[in-house]
Amino acid sequence: MSKPEFVYVTYIETTPEKLWQALTDTEFSKLYWFGTEVRSDWKVGSSFALVTDGITSDTGEILVSDPPRQLAYTFRHARYEEMRDDGATKVTFTIEPHGGIVKLTVTHQGFAAGSKLLGAVSNGWPAILSGLKSLLETGHAVAIPMEALGKVK
Amino acid sequence: MNIDKFKPAIVYSIYIASTREKVWQALTSAEFSRMYFFGNAVEVDLKVGGAYIVRTPDGALHISGEVIECDPPKRLTVTFNVNWPALIEKLGPTLVTWEIEQSGDAVKLTLLQSHDRILSDDILSGGRQGWPAILSSLKSVLETGKPLKVQMVPPQRMLDALKAMGIATP
Repeated sequence: MSKPEFVYVTYIETTPEKLWQALTDTEFSKLYWFGTEVRSDWKVGSSFALVTDGITSDTGEILVSDPPRQLAYTFRHARYEEMRDDGATKVTFTIEPHGGIVKLTVTHQGFAAGSKLLGAVSNGWPAILSGLKSLLETGHAVAIPMEALGKVK
Repeated sequence: MNIDKFKPAIVYSIYIASTREKVWQALTSAEFSRMYFFGNAVEVDLKVGGAYIVRTPDGALHISGEVIECDPPKRLTVTFNVNWPALIEKLGPTLVTWEIEQSGDAVKLTLLQSHDRILSDDILSGGRQGWPAILSSLKSVLETGKPLKVQMVPPQRMLDALKAMGIATP
């Protein structure tokens, strides 16, 4: 039995550089990540945080920063009690040129058995990455309700 | 056909700035599917028991199946059997379900590929590789009017695993 993890692949009509910027730019992230700011200086060992309306929901540390190819950080949920049991999980973004377009693979791993966080991120990533793809291809993010994130209201 | 013993082995969701009706049409029309499904054309008789087939760009029969559930524009389930000799005999039938839900101003499309037995990661690598490309391109077609040019060949690990099971591939 493989360990519980979430893997999502999407193909985007963009460049690796633009995709890297979209994943690491605080103002850009607000447009597709439910108003969430991604905050870090993106140096290995630096802190990472997701902040929505001034509230920090998740924190971590940069593990890999290899623009525009790979970004990895630890990811620890901070906001909701029932999703804190996992401790530090790991998120990896892999950006690969794919015949004129870009393949993005997001892997989220390191969950505890029976993890509620895994369920939440399994709902959240497709919504966030669909919005990211739309924004890069059309200039507009899709308006998806916050409930798609699977977090407690 | 009793589908109770089928369990999803692959689940993939994508949100699309479109309507459920347009997503349904994209999934069930030959002309539309050619744009995002590697040039393949879907031909489906939209009623339970109706035929579901997919033709390659040269017109050859690639996938044949039958409509199991048909609830436009919300849910479509078909048997989705690739026409490779001995495939059904060795792997059993493949079931594919598309769920189409309204989600705010967007549509959430969820693809489920289900089987009546446990299949290896090698066998499943084909669907795991293919569906994200197909559905990423479908989203682009509906949002921008243009498909993605996703270049792709079947994963070698899947071809090797099929060959080892005595399933001939083109």
